[in-house]
Amino acid sequence: MPESLLYGTEVVLNGLMAGVLYALVALGFVLIYKASGIFNYAQGVLSLFAAMTLVGIMNGQIPFAHLINAALGTEIHHFGWHINALVAILLTMVVMVGVAWCVQRFVFRHLIGQEPIILFMATIGLAYFLEGLGDIMWGSDIKKLDVGLPQGGSLWIEENTQWLGFGNENFYGFFLDRLDLIATVIAALLVIALVAVSQYTKHGRAMRAVADDHQAALSVGISLNFIWVFVWSIAGFVALVAGIIWGAKSGVQFSLSLIALKALPVLMLGGFTSIPGAIIGGLIIGVGEKLFEFTVGPLVGGATENWFAYVLALIFLVFRPQGLMGEKIIERV
Amino acid sequence: MRKSLLMLASAATLTAGAASADLVFPDLSYRTGPYAAGGVPFSDGYQDYFAMLNARDGGIGGVPARVIECETAYNTEKGVECYEATKGEGALLYQPLSTGITYQLIPKVSADGIPMHTMGYGRTSAANGEVFEWVFNYPANYWDAASVAIKYLHDQNGGSLEGKKIALLYHNSAYGKEPIRTLENLAEKHGYTLDTLAVDHPGQEQKSQWLQIRRTRPDYVIMWGWGVMNQVAIQEAANIRFPMENFIGNWWAGAEHDVLPAGDAANGYKSLNMNRVVDLPVFEEIKKHVHDAGNAAGDGSNLGKVIYTRGLYAAFLAAEAAKKAQEIHGVTELTPAQMRDGMEALEITEELMAERGLDNIGPAFSVSCSDHGGSGMGLIQQWDASAESWTPLTEFIAPDAEVIAPLVAEDSEAFAAENGIAKRCN
Repeated sequence: MPESLLYGTEVVLNGLMAGVLYALVALGFVLIYKASGIFNYAQGVLSLFAAMTLVGIMNGQIPFAHLINAALGTEIHHFGWHINALVAILLTMVVMVGVAWCVQRFVFRHLIGQEPIILFMATIGLAYFLEGLGDIMWGSDIKKLDVGLPQGGSLWIEENTQWLGFGNENFYGFFLDRLDLIATVIAALLVIALVAVSQYTKHGRAMRAVADDHQAALSVGISLNFIWVFVWSIAGFVALVAGIIWGAKSGVQFSLSLIALKALPVLMLGGFTSIPGAIIGGLIIGVGEKLFEFTVGPLVGGATENWFAYVLALIFLVFRPQGLMGEKIIERV
Repeated sequence: MRKSLLMLASAATLTAGAASADLVFPDLSYRTGPYAAGGVPFSDGYQDYFAMLNARDGGIGGVPARVIECETAYNTEKGVECYEATKGEGALLYQPLSTGITYQLIPKVSADGIPMHTMGYGRTSAANGEVFEWVFNYPANYWDAASVAIKYLHDQNGGSLEGKKIALLYHNSAYGKEPIRTLENLAEKHGYTLDTLAVDHPGQEQKSQWLQIRRTRPDYVIMWGWGVMNQVAIQEAANIRFPMENFIGNWWAGAEHDVLPAGDAANGYKSLNMNRVVDLPVFEEIKKHVHDAGNAAGDGSNLGKVIYTRGLYAAFLAAEAAKKAQEIHGVTELTPAQMRDGMEALEITEELMAERGLDNIGPAFSVSCSDHGGSGMGLIQQWDASAESWTPLTEFIAPDAEVIAPLVAEDSEAFAAENGIAKRCN
């Protein structure tokens, strides 16, 4: 097999896995949009906040330590314990449910029936609030996140695919990151679970009813408050998973909130209302941008991925405005 | 109309020209945003040093130093806003810690007559004081850094880089693109081939670039990164099992927070540095007069780290320039023009550094009207993951003046021609 074809295949495989990581972020957007019609600008910050909380709990960091020390003249920073990753994840989930409750109680409860743009603006405010809260609670330094996920290329895959080069010494076998492989499995399980909840449970159906019409859902006895807390909690869980995977790659730091930028073209392409759409959109964007960088990047100076993802999404939008799997909305005038 | 413009111009001159009752050093910091991990320690070091001078010596020459902090979030527009908001406070010297902001401020500080110090960043050709009257980039600049890295590799390879393949992984911004031309010129001189790989802001995703590095197998990778780009690059290098000892970051890609997230995998990673990372006597003074008094700029946890030390170094150079300006003009309160004179007469000797408790923090150097660039020296340090510390591998290495000087002259003269600037220092 020619070398360029082999490496092209490697790029496609890595693109697929990058796409899964993008889809993980996009899933959070889809969930909230599906349930409430809100485009949640704060989803990236939710990931950052969740990951910061997880590291803080694992390391026994005292939240708001800087504030407490400044106010009381104390010198406290840590509780002095280190908590197991699994327990810390569960405790973080409790915090995320608390965040969901607060978001519903103090923000969206007061905005029922408002225009979508008002709800969107509220999420922008929420993003900045959570970003600042995270900094004050846990500090802005970069934190190492180690929940035991393996990292680095799989040597086994590399060695067992070298034969594909048929003696070509410039082919070193396929590179596949073990963290990406695990992320793919996690994402697949997450999607199956989310689709099952959304399609086959009472709360899932109630979620979809709320998305269609707040007032109508209320009139048939669905508790809007409960559904929104439920959805924001699930979105918080998805954000935590995304935060763990991305945080393991780069450490937990402010940039995690910017991964939302990677989810936008995925949503435009896959549709804002479809969980499978987020996955397919992620895969297309992941493969598309990596292949473009591989083939055209060197001719134009590289760094094409960020803008190419949006160009690709725009092209899809022209032909299918609702995205690949989004619901077609026809409004009569 | 003409009268109004004249009035505006004279108002601006008065604003920038008046001596202030205290010595004002605006700190265009970034404690928020994707680059805060570097911005916080630099600002902490910068502010703590002035706070120590105020607490211990009553300021500089008996006049208190006042640091005005303004948050830029490493955003160029906010940086310009910060400049506009603080220049009327009697600002003596700007330190924007961003190449993007520097480029925007060069015409502004030149028009307003306020010095700007871009230590190891910014526009490299500002080293030519004959053209850039108000901009200083001592003790070293990007092109110096690039040539120091190549000189080190040259020595490591027995005096020849012929046939070697070097990849430059750079932040796709004004900052990241600065060394490209120098490295290209050095490639012609030394016979190595150069591959350039751009990484878009913020650099969270670099799979494509590292797959390319894995395919092309360069002998060395030089990194011009900042923020999350550094941490991701080091992790990705470890993922493809690129030999860490062949991976060299510039001095903005060589802090503790760049390597710690990768854990043991970062062991052996090298970087340049323009300042030594040692336990300086001045740290004790800062602890005693600033931290213990509860006046630390941050939480005190950054004391002694790479970027904190660099911020402190920048403040030391600013304070010494102010002192020199006071000596030259026989005054204690300074105008920006007097501050510039102090900077142009700055002489940093080993004795002076030792006297101030910053023993050999950097190389000895002097500044002049025509040379705003300093010695240009840098050292190579290596990360020891088990000890979680940097080990210096070399002494300070001088840059390749033969290649750098003509580039500085060419670029600065082009700037002078474009902007109708007459050469000074005759």
